[in-house]
Amino acid sequence: MAQEEVDKAITGEYNLGFEIDIEQDTVPPGLNEDVIKYISNKKDEPEWMLELRLKAYKKWLTMKEPTWGKVEYEPIDYNSISYFSAPKEGIDSLDEVDPKILEAYDKLGIPLEEQKQLAGVKVAVDAVVDSVSVKTTYSEELKKHGVIFCSISEAIKDYPELVKKYMFSVVPMADNFFAALNSAVFTDGTFVYIPKGVRCPMELSTYFRINALNTGQFERTLIVADEGSYVSYNEGCSAPTRDENQLHAAVVELVAMKDAEIKYSTIQNWYPGDEDGKGGIYNFVTKRGICEGDNSKISWTQVETGSSITWKYPSCVLKGDNSVGEFYSVAVTTLAQQADTGTKMIHLGKNTSSTIISKGISAMKGQNTYRGLVKIGANAEGARNYSECDSLLIGSHCGAHTFPYLESKDSIGQVEHEATTTKISDEQLFYLRQRGINEEDAVSMIVHGFCKEVFSQLPMEYAVEARALLELTLEGSVG
Amino acid sequence: MSKVLKIKDLKAKIGEKDILKGLNLELEEGKVHAIMGPNGAGKSTLSKAIVGHYDVEITDGDIVYKDKSIKENEPEERALEGLFLSFQNPVEIPGVNNAYFLRTAVNAKRKHEGKEELNAAEFLREMKSKIEELGMKKELINRSLNEGFSGGEKKRNEILQMMMLEPDVIILDEIDSGLDIDALRAVSEGINKMKDGKRSFLVITHYSRILDYIKPDYIHVLKDGQIVHTGGPELVEKLEKEGYESLGSL
Ligand SMILES: Nc1ncnc2c1ncn2[C@@H]1O[C@H](COP(=O)(O)OP(=O)(O)O)[C@@H](O)[C@H]1O
Ligand SMILES: [Mg+2]
Repeated sequence: MAQEEVDKAITGEYNLGFEIDIEQDTVPPGLNEDVIKYISNKKDEPEWMLELRLKAYKKWLTMKEPTWGKVEYEPIDYNSISYFSAPKEGIDSLDEVDPKILEAYDKLGIPLEEQKQLAGVKVAVDAVVDSVSVKTTYSEELKKHGVIFCSISEAIKDYPELVKKYMFSVVPMADNFFAALNSAVFTDGTFVYIPKGVRCPMELSTYFRINALNTGQFERTLIVADEGSYVSYNEGCSAPTRDENQLHAAVVELVAMKDAEIKYSTIQNWYPGDEDGKGGIYNFVTKRGICEGDNSKISWTQVETGSSITWKYPSCVLKGDNSVGEFYSVAVTTLAQQADTGTKMIHLGKNTSSTIISKGISAMKGQNTYRGLVKIGANAEGARNYSECDSLLIGSHCGAHTFPYLESKDSIGQVEHEATTTKISDEQLFYLRQRGINEEDAVSMIVHGFCKEVFSQLPMEYAVEARALLELTLEGSVG
Repeated sequence: MSKVLKIKDLKAKIGEKDILKGLNLELEEGKVHAIMGPNGAGKSTLSKAIVGHYDVEITDGDIVYKDKSIKENEPEERALEGLFLSFQNPVEIPGVNNAYFLRTAVNAKRKHEGKEELNAAEFLREMKSKIEELGMKKELINRSLNEGFSGGEKKRNEILQMMMLEPDVIILDEIDSGLDIDALRAVSEGINKMKDGKRSFLVITHYSRILDYIKPDYIHVLKDGQIVHTGGPELVEKLEKEGYESLGSL
């Protein structure tokens, strides 16, 4: 991103809140078996998939919405939500994407034409609008390397064996209330398979856009990295500015085989609602990866600036010996946003190691909670964890909370936890301003300093975006 | 002689407490003015008032800098126009890289003056030579701003910023406190090199020691929120011998 774009980004409020003016096919609100059949039918799915969906739905009906998170919201009426909405044109042919959608993605800075590249770097994009993937770029080029990069809907039809084997293998269909809901009604998302020994030749990414009113987005992503392979995957998202809350309940599953590495980065910028807590996305997401094979590695990096409520815990199951799990997070809550986020590191294999770096920033009336679990299994000899949870407060109406949990049968592991809470002081701001740095820049300088370790984990072009986004998000939160 | 900074009948308070009680002071271009006075007299409050610190509420009077009243201006505007304060107690800012901070500040000022910004290489070259002049530890430049610096290191860092920012009016609030003799010498040399016949200095201290190194042109005595006496360098010796009480009030 060029400096002027960064500058532009700093001068607005939520600036991705436009609506794409397209005709959409939207199923009436409500959830029942017919709706699930409708979704499955719309996607032309094989029978086995529909059966799994219905099974998940039956389980979901018996489950209760979790209440342990440190977030408050009015009860969600699951029958007032529409579970499928798709742009009318351009679903069948990749070449016939509605120009208005192309234009919208252009406005979001996401190139859907292969010749346009993000910061001069080739990035393959899967573009999802509401319930469908509208375009996937570079699929052909990737195929030459044996890499499968397509929408999950296509994968269900074209690679049923892979999907059957791995879907629900990391996040079981009834893992939790929202995961079960997703398993029943998931609409689109991305599928990635990296074959043995292949280093994916470019960054892969998905950009999720909520557009339709009163519609939930339930995407499902599955990434499988076979032995000795490597992939770096990034996801971004945004939604229109609206007074109503919208639900986004996604599931992401990662599988890393022996010697494989998956680097998963998220820049989450769903509409956050206004300062009174009106509107915004409920972001209730289940993300989990399994380091199946020895010496495998899964690294989650997230920059969470949007959503009115965030409930998400990207986790790693470290099953293979010597496997490595990492979680790097910046979560910002300003306005009236609430975030309850963190990770779980489940050490099962020997000499497994995990690192957790969590940076929570709260401003205005924002409430930020870190919730993390480190679990050392009975056979995880030599397991190691390092956790660092830092909170930064801007102003005095916001809050930060930290809940680290440790479960360890014996003292066979080595666990270190550090936590700090700091407040940007007026004296610090004044010092920088006395040197000629304006107030906004002074705040962002302090905030960036605070987030440095996490940003350095992002791929370069996304790090620039994350920085700009952070500035935009915290604009006007001081003074 | 042109007066670059004029403090006119300045009354100011911190919280509910009146601290500056009708203070008058004029700084001449190119001269070194020293302010001396007992602890609690209002010296730091004066320096804060000049640079627009949020603690200080001006209730009466005016601050005129380069012929314009600046008492309503934002701190960064005053800074960009060439006012610099070396803080008595510089604050620590974790996570903010010292060199990065300083380059941002230098470039903000250059931009304000319509000059090209310095690229990283140009900036580093400049900064390195100044660090050597100051006898400052090189590693300090890649640390977080002032974090874990010793008292002397913080003061050297203030002087480094002063040298890089090339201000027009430099206020040094007790730059000498907490410095050993070598540090005092290095810091004073840095300050003396900045003298160019145009730049003005306001050296605030309550020890005369630093005035052996930075030769003042004028001495002002601040007591109970007012300048009670102004004289030449010879006043230092008198104050040293007889104390502030000898001067009585205005
Ligand atoms: N933040 C503050 N709140 C209340 N009183 C203050 C504050 N800062 C300074 N003062 C008081 O104002 C007076 C002048 O302080 P100061 O300007 O720091 O004096 P000096 O620098 O001459 O020692 C002192 O009595 C001091 O206690
Ligand atoms: Mg003082």
